[in-house]
Amino acid sequence: MLQGLEAAGADVLEVGVPFSDPVADGPVIQSSSQQALAHGMTFEGALQLITDAKLSVPVVLFSYLNPIVAAGPDALHRARAAGAHGVLVTDLPVGEDPERESWFGAGPLDFVRLVAPTTPRERMGLIATHGRGFVYLISRLGVTGMQDEISTSLPGTLATLREVCTLPICVGFGISTPAHARQVGALADGIVVGSAIVRAAERSVDEALALTRSLRVALDEG
Amino acid sequence: MTASVADSGRFGAFGGRYVPETLIPALDALEVAYADALRDPAFVTALEDSLRTYVGRPSELSDAPHFSALVGAPVYLKREDLNHTGAHKINSAMAHGLLAQRMGKTRIIAETGAGQHGVATATVCARLGLECVVYMGEEDMRRQQLNVFRMRLMGATVVPVLSGTRTLKDATSEAIRDWVTNCEHSHYIIGSVVGPAPYPRMVRDFQAIIGREARAQMLERAGRLPKSVVACIGGGSNAMGIFHAFVPDREVELVGVEAAGHGLATGQHSASLAQGTPGVLHGALSYLLQDADGQIYPAHSVSAGLDYPGVGPEHAFLKDSGRGTYVSVTDDDALAAFGQFSRMEGIIPALETAHAISWIMANAGRWAPDEPILLCVSGRGDKDVAQVAEMGIVPL
Ligand SMILES: Cc1ncc(COP(=O)(O)O)c(C=O)c1O
Repeated sequence: MLQGLEAAGADVLEVGVPFSDPVADGPVIQSSSQQALAHGMTFEGALQLITDAKLSVPVVLFSYLNPIVAAGPDALHRARAAGAHGVLVTDLPVGEDPERESWFGAGPLDFVRLVAPTTPRERMGLIATHGRGFVYLISRLGVTGMQDEISTSLPGTLATLREVCTLPICVGFGISTPAHARQVGALADGIVVGSAIVRAAERSVDEALALTRSLRVALDEG
Repeated sequence: MTASVADSGRFGAFGGRYVPETLIPALDALEVAYADALRDPAFVTALEDSLRTYVGRPSELSDAPHFSALVGAPVYLKREDLNHTGAHKINSAMAHGLLAQRMGKTRIIAETGAGQHGVATATVCARLGLECVVYMGEEDMRRQQLNVFRMRLMGATVVPVLSGTRTLKDATSEAIRDWVTNCEHSHYIIGSVVGPAPYPRMVRDFQAIIGREARAQMLERAGRLPKSVVACIGGGSNAMGIFHAFVPDREVELVGVEAAGHGLATGQHSASLAQGTPGVLHGALSYLLQDADGQIYPAHSVSAGLDYPGVGPEHAFLKDSGRGTYVSVTDDDALAAFGQFSRMEGIIPALETAHAISWIMANAGRWAPDEPILLCVSGRGDKDVAQVAEMGIVPL
């Protein structure tokens, strides 16, 4: 699956470490997390998947604080050795736990930080200086999951973030179709598609790869 | 001791704001609105009036002659069961409702386990004209049908939660997801001293009226402070509420009683302080029931209000600092105490409270005859009668 996604045109792959209580996730990722846990998936298991896939595109781990901290003090080094390049933690906002943030920040992975539509401009600047790799802009109020239309406030939020941020900006949450990809791809440096690919993969791997190819085509055509 | 550390949103190392970035501005705004409200005499007066004329405060301090004889020391009952809606939960819900109104929020979100917090929130929303959405695990809706009916009767929307263990943990996650989505016009009224800062401190402050009243009532009635203050612990709000005024009284023992479910050794319990390890759930760092991979265990308790794998961060702090003593009681012992106490005192306690009662019973002889015990009767047990009858303990 990971190799297939790379071949289908993904520039970066996000690999989730499932958590039992994913408060930032909608029904699709909740259910995939539950299934993964029921099948015994762990932090170590996710690293093994990355190792086995032998990818040439970068991999970003995404999870919640609890499973990553539980994986031990050298978890980030093990992740790097397995081939991960970045890490994204949905429940560790900038400035809330300096000790743990510096553990992530000083580690071998790019610590990707998130900006929300509710984040004030000044705080966006703060977040941008604490992140590495890219900044992840959440496209709308809410949890992960598919939607019909891209939030109308996105262009404004993105423009404000650009003013205070020199890192590349990737936009995620709710991007589900090639039309969304084209629309957001024109504004941002990257798009993140989660639930839509997971939902497609529930039906078949082929369907997930076909969706990925169509997203790639939409981005390339602009 | 507790007040100063709380200003950082932490109680020692515990607490914090481990939430999606989207909620940080909402939590900042809540912090400011709360501080403003406390400085505004109009808010303080409106809250005091509502608590007196609508909730029915101050709650009585009753003696318990038969129970005291059994225990061998005078036991005083702080009667939160006599509040409107039948539990302590409304102390905090009322204050949060008034605060939400002040902040211009028109929609209220809550989670509930036993349904007592949901009922309290639905009540306050009806009274204040606010829209009310309550998330409740499907399993709890079954255990607490009466409370589901009460909430709906008062106009609340009760949303069944089908994910995970279908109990309080998952209802809380679902309420947080709603709040992330609707934080601009909705206020989240959390049901215990849990969640991200400033919630644990706010709910503690709003519940602290229990201990303030009880401390004065004890001095008046018993002529001295209690030897021990005993309360059950789900998230820990009734316990924090009654403990808070006594924290500086070093000679007063503070005892929190967790649910040992089928027994601590079985792994099927809700004793986060006794058996848990520090971790992050629902926005705060505290003791949690979790496995070596940091996944949260499903909790178990016969009592829906105690069936939660975490605990408020201030209790984690009181435990580690040695100021609080934390013990636990099994389902079977709590059920026995539920019946025994009802017969002895003519008060049907909530199953949650029955855990605290059982611990005192089991420790009869621990107190000298002149050492009073203060028990927080966190709620009345009407909501539990159908469940207990179904279990065949007392035929209906
Ligand atoms: C009567 C009663 N007591 C106790 C509790 C436990 O909550 P807490 O520990 O926050 O007081 C509940 C929760 O629903 C309750 O309804």
